[in-house]
Amino acid sequence: MAIGDFIRNSQVWKSIFRHPAPRDRRNRVVVMLTNVFLHLHPVSVRKSGIALSYTWCMGGITFFLFLVETVTGVLLMFYYRPTLEHAYNDILSLRDVLTLGILREMHRWGAHAMVITIWLHMYRVFLTGSYKPPREFNWGVGVILLVLTLLLSFTGYLLPWDQLAIWAITVGSNMARATPLLGYEGPGAKFLQIGGVELIHSGSDARFLLLGGRFVGETALLRFYVLHCVAIPLAVALLIAVHFWRVRKDGGISGAL
Amino acid sequence: MHSNHLSSSLQIGLGFYYVILAIMNFAFASYQSKILNKRQAGIWTTVACLFLVHAVANFMHLGWTLSDGIKQSVDAVMNPVSYFVMAVAGLTAFLYWRKFFTEPVVAWTILSAGLLFSGWAMTDATFRAIITKPDNVPIVMLIFSVGYTTWLAMRKAVINDARIAIGEAPLEKLEDDKVLVWPDLVYTELLAMVICTFILVVWSVVLKAPLEAPAASSKIPNPSKAPWYFLGLQEMLVYFDPWMAGVVLPTMIIVGLIALPYIDFNQKGNGYFTFVQRRFAITTFLLGFVVLWVVLIVLGTFLRGPNWNFFGLFEPWDPHKTVPLNNINLSDYVWLFGFGRSMESMGWFMRELPGIALVLAYLLLLPPLLAKTIMRSYFVKMGFIRFFLLVTLIQFMMALPIKMVLRWTINLKYIVFIPEAFFNI
Repeated sequence: MAIGDFIRNSQVWKSIFRHPAPRDRRNRVVVMLTNVFLHLHPVSVRKSGIALSYTWCMGGITFFLFLVETVTGVLLMFYYRPTLEHAYNDILSLRDVLTLGILREMHRWGAHAMVITIWLHMYRVFLTGSYKPPREFNWGVGVILLVLTLLLSFTGYLLPWDQLAIWAITVGSNMARATPLLGYEGPGAKFLQIGGVELIHSGSDARFLLLGGRFVGETALLRFYVLHCVAIPLAVALLIAVHFWRVRKDGGISGAL
Repeated sequence: MHSNHLSSSLQIGLGFYYVILAIMNFAFASYQSKILNKRQAGIWTTVACLFLVHAVANFMHLGWTLSDGIKQSVDAVMNPVSYFVMAVAGLTAFLYWRKFFTEPVVAWTILSAGLLFSGWAMTDATFRAIITKPDNVPIVMLIFSVGYTTWLAMRKAVINDARIAIGEAPLEKLEDDKVLVWPDLVYTELLAMVICTFILVVWSVVLKAPLEAPAASSKIPNPSKAPWYFLGLQEMLVYFDPWMAGVVLPTMIIVGLIALPYIDFNQKGNGYFTFVQRRFAITTFLLGFVVLWVVLIVLGTFLRGPNWNFFGLFEPWDPHKTVPLNNINLSDYVWLFGFGRSMESMGWFMRELPGIALVLAYLLLLPPLLAKTIMRSYFVKMGFIRFFLLVTLIQFMMALPIKMVLRWTINLKYIVFIPEAFFNI
């Protein structure tokens, strides 16, 4: 115990933890206020609000899976190069060469699970009417987070650059060329012309913007990689911050009044 | 008995599967005897023993397989129509007899029957090949988790509704006192993180992420499927062109979801499970999420094979299966069959006028008609903007089932067909 006391009384320990261990009521309150991560929470909550049969824990698990995806994703970026020459072979080596290689598995299964848990989270929020005033706006933020999660999963689907990837993305991105007005096979696009020159063609429509080309090729791989690893995660992180902050500001976890 | 059909490892795997089911049922039986329900305890002990017999049979490699007769009759009754109609009927029955279906014993019976059928179905090579594809595992999880959460939510709703009916507060109101987040919430969170990490690691060790042959733009796989969470949208392509199924309807889903809290004027049912106080909202949402989203994803994943043809659970995916397509447009119905007129000399506007009129009437005349008649009370309470937003969103949602029924009954291909402008509905 002497060593334990020595550590807890040291200047280093005290500089990190500004108060004694959270064993009594006062310090259990203080710990929530002095730690930036714990401070996402309120100090106290309604008991019914945190019952597992009420929340299903799905929002929290979705956030946790986002963290898992971030960590495994950063590690995967050490091994993966988004070019036609390397992409597929890098994935092969992740499977065959890397010791204890379950990184890609954790990333892929975690992503699938995240899509399911975000749906179940919204399902619960709907069925308990928790989107009702004063939480209307935060529900909207959540819907955008849902869309971004699906886009994250969709952009990541292309990266292994195998048959599964390229054709799933081809099926998905083919929809973009049917966008009304903005896709070259979409309704109304033909009417967008100046002096007989069509503005929307296969080299200028919504699909071209998404893929950076007329088919799923190297430019698409690079675009999806940047969207997947940088652009969308940043947007998600920003919106998660808003989402959590609004949970607190809108009165915490919902409950019967 | 074709014992040579089943590999040894599959039978051992099934043996363990049945052992788990037996343990689950023994646990349920002991729960029933604990709440002094002797009859139920007896029933579920018997069921557990039945599963044990299955386990022993598989461990002994007796090679029990599902009979061809059952497989063929299952496949014979399965088609897109029966599948979808049964899903809608199932949801309707579940909501109507919710008191019955949310009884734990009833839910347990359905679960056990489903797991027993799955175990037997696994002895079929076709079923096994589809269900165990690594990327399809999430769909199996989706089926069970959506099934369970729907049951759980409705069970709590039934209990709350009964309490509210006699003037008591919902269950969520009972534990209204506040507790400290440390330790009550942070420990739960820690535990949840540990459990999730454990599950994810085991899942990752057991199942390798799929990796097919290198991408080749010349070799188109059949079927070409979108990622599983978009398969409901891909299924819509059977009934609508890409601009509707891939762009307009998904956009309407997102817009509708965001608009939802501003449309729903019902102030009851905030913060607790209920059905009676929110019948319309919950029924509509269940139809949209469970039937038109999840059920269609399951259809797209497990039952759509080469050329996007429908295949029964045990039907091998034959790329040469042909399904006669003799769908015709509304304009054919009106001009050719109705007036006996050739459409060749007609301009597109005249030709498609009936369809355009129909679509415009659906979108512009139906909302005021509803406001004047059966939805009058909604219109009065909601006001102009909210009401029209609500009705329009529901009209877009119902566009899919309407088009499905038209396709199945009168082989209708397009209501409006203007290929010159890629404008087909």
